[in-house]
Amino acid sequence: MKERLIVIGNGMAGMRTVEEILKLDAEAYDITVFGAEPYGNYNRIMLSPVLAGDKTIDEIMINDEQWYVDNSITLHKGKTIIDIDRKGRKVIVDDGSEHEYDRLLIATGSNPFMIPLPGHELDGVIAFRDINDVDMMIDAAKNHEHAVVIGGGLLGLEAANGLMQQGMKVTVLHIVDTLMERQMDSVAGKMLRKSLEERGMEILMPASTKEIVGDACVEKVVLEDGREIDCGIVVMAVGIRPNIELAEKVGIHCERGIVVNDTMQTFDPRVYSVGECVQHRGETYGLVAPLFEMAKVCANHLVQHGIALYEGSVTSTKLKVTGIDLFSAGDFTGNDETEELVFQDASRGVYRKLVLEDNKVKGAVMYGDTIDGSWYFDLMRDETDVSDFREKILFGQSHLGDSGHGDENRIAMMADTAEICGCNGVSKGDIVNSININKLLTLEEVRAHTKASSSCGSCTGLVESLLAHTVGGDYSVAPHLKPICACTEHTHDEVRAAIKTNELRSVRGAIDFLEWKTPDGCSKCRPALNYYVMCQYPDAESDDGQSRFINERVHANIQKDATYSVIPRMWGGGTTPTELRAIADVADKYKVKTVHVTGGQRIGLYGLTKQELPEIWGDLNKAGLVSGHAYGKALRTVKTCVGKEWCRFGTQDSTQLGVDLEKMTWGSWTPHKYKMAASGCPRNCAEATIKDFGVVCVDSGYELHIGGNGGIKVRVTDLLCTVKTPEEVLEYGAAFMQIYREEAHYLERTAPWIERVGLAYVKEHVVDDEANRKSLAERFHYSQSFAQDDPWEARAKGAEKHEFEALKNINA
Amino acid sequence: MSEDWIEVGSLNDIPKLGARVVNAPDGDIAVFRTASDGVFALRDECPHKQGPLSQGIVHGDRVSCPLHDWKIMLDSGNAVAPDKGCAASYPIKRDGETIFLSLTPNEGCPNEE
Repeated sequence: MKERLIVIGNGMAGMRTVEEILKLDAEAYDITVFGAEPYGNYNRIMLSPVLAGDKTIDEIMINDEQWYVDNSITLHKGKTIIDIDRKGRKVIVDDGSEHEYDRLLIATGSNPFMIPLPGHELDGVIAFRDINDVDMMIDAAKNHEHAVVIGGGLLGLEAANGLMQQGMKVTVLHIVDTLMERQMDSVAGKMLRKSLEERGMEILMPASTKEIVGDACVEKVVLEDGREIDCGIVVMAVGIRPNIELAEKVGIHCERGIVVNDTMQTFDPRVYSVGECVQHRGETYGLVAPLFEMAKVCANHLVQHGIALYEGSVTSTKLKVTGIDLFSAGDFTGNDETEELVFQDASRGVYRKLVLEDNKVKGAVMYGDTIDGSWYFDLMRDETDVSDFREKILFGQSHLGDSGHGDENRIAMMADTAEICGCNGVSKGDIVNSININKLLTLEEVRAHTKASSSCGSCTGLVESLLAHTVGGDYSVAPHLKPICACTEHTHDEVRAAIKTNELRSVRGAIDFLEWKTPDGCSKCRPALNYYVMCQYPDAESDDGQSRFINERVHANIQKDATYSVIPRMWGGGTTPTELRAIADVADKYKVKTVHVTGGQRIGLYGLTKQELPEIWGDLNKAGLVSGHAYGKALRTVKTCVGKEWCRFGTQDSTQLGVDLEKMTWGSWTPHKYKMAASGCPRNCAEATIKDFGVVCVDSGYELHIGGNGGIKVRVTDLLCTVKTPEEVLEYGAAFMQIYREEAHYLERTAPWIERVGLAYVKEHVVDDEANRKSLAERFHYSQSFAQDDPWEARAKGAEKHEFEALKNINA
Repeated sequence: MSEDWIEVGSLNDIPKLGARVVNAPDGDIAVFRTASDGVFALRDECPHKQGPLSQGIVHGDRVSCPLHDWKIMLDSGNAVAPDKGCAASYPIKRDGETIFLSLTPNEGCPNEE
């Protein structure tokens, strides 16, 4: 018999855990769910838009009743668990029935805190917590004119805004003198107050309520200072308290919340708990992102994978009031050890404050223009050292040279037809609709449904902002350490380390050892695994062709019509009449549709069928032309200028240097494509400062530049160091390439890798530590001893025939 | 439903987690082999932009199109949600190592009339 899991609480945290369990192992449990509310599972953070009339209840349902049926889950709606018999492992329901469990999940969430003022039990005094409260507020708006909201925090202001949208006059009473003081500093708080008052909201603060007065229904609120406010409804939104009543009653250890460890287990090993009712490492959470992280970990342990840990969450907040943008995250007040960067433009209504400690972002408050909120949040969570761009950081990410998306306006101001994803032609309206219709909550889901941000990724920040803007509030980006893909929980770094320490010498070996969730990975992880294995064990046997993308498997680039391109190597960009004749002959013989000079100083032949490739390569080989690896995550090209051999400005022989670099590095596989260049003087005609490794010759020697690229987001190189001789250029070139090969994540170019690890790190390991540099270079050359065979020659002679020939031709 | 079996080759002609192409009168058909030696045949055209599925990476019970990484189920030819569409699938019969293919597509793929 299957084990029985009972879930107490049909809210977001409990059901997210169930969804995660089903994803991992749908057969693990017979699942029974008890929910006190008479609904399916809905998105509680979207209650504000429902109240404001922007959404309907149906639009915020996450799982309808059919979902429970489809997944064989027994749902008891409107039933409350009144007791748990932990010894007998059963729950007792308010209708007297009893249900046995093997594991129990408590997800009872939280209760709104009601201040025990005189009159707080009158009709018309409500909280803002569930659909019932929203219904009562909408009703009140029909019969009364004036509402009072007690509490000027996030929830209170959203309630006040919603009630105004329903046509009521609203007074907000706040106990201290700054609105949302847990998220805002006093400057942002004042700006918020001003825009809310401009919309017609009355805000009294500091204002302490003395009593609520009325006969049976509420009639007015009396303040300590004697002021009286007539009203037909009072909404108390002063905070939430973890709902631990049941857990406490049955003796499960609780403090402010139900105490759990890093696996979401309570002090009773058979009982787990997730969500707002939980206290983890002394913290309780009231936002949605931490709940999702908890759910993932909890599910992992419930299906007995036993490898995930919840280590707490960093959270950020946005206010879901249309037209008001504010964002806050982390510690925004600061202390003696921190510094503040402030940008304020009162007439535009824009304010930004960043709190830094040791050049790392510790907290942020933004008002008016929050499009960079998710970027600051990333910097904070990743503890990125910001000293390199500190002087520009307040102006946002677009001021760091984000070409193509440089002057993006506030996302909210963009038209629905505005194109967000240029690769897949997805507009703002498409994304917003998909988020609403499909109830998407994460970046991954938006990618799957709309394709936005799934190709080049340069619009990821915009899509995240849109997601935050649309689902509102406490959406936050995916967890810090991302797994390679959905096949595993392991990160790139964990997989690399495991391949090394456990001597996993094949893709299959790694998938088995690391217990992948899928039988043989996917198109995302297999190429990564193959690269990691090959990089660690460079002998030929470790390469798995079936785990390579088609281009690398057949050594040519697939084109949109399933034909291929062929681009031979031209060492350092140099060629000869013989080579050019051979290329021209091939172009004639195979009726090549397009001959094109590439950006890397090579000649490309386009529109060839796969079947003809080996023969073409044979013809090119005869003239000495070999594979240019234009198709690979590999050394692509070394671009050069003619240097001092011809140029009147040339300082060194950059052309020969380029040829030597290319002879040394060709055939090597890298995490992503790798381009080099050598310029003969600082005029830099070979554009060496936007290459992964670029050499700029100067009169006294050679400047070595690293981490540049053209492409989606142009990045100019950082200067690594200056050396005296061509021999040193080669040694540093080999060492840098090897440290990148060994440490970058698959599909991470040198530019983002250097931004992740820091230039100082690279200098320390490649420049300052001579022994390490030499040993890196040695490992590079060892690897190259297996890599430098022309793949075209082998295939022209008949290797891998099955790749190029049909299994059978039955055209007759 | 299909009696027109055509012998197309042996299991070992297709690499594990790979595919080969059969040139047929109405266009190429891709024949796939999974890790557990399951053999499946689909029209060699992704429903998205006609990418050659035979050139994709085979994993589990599906193949990823080489052009835009759509995932296609090997048995039905259906795109994996949320993508929509399907590539026609063709019956395969095995006699030991020998593979037979029928050119009459299985029913249930509205793309193929």
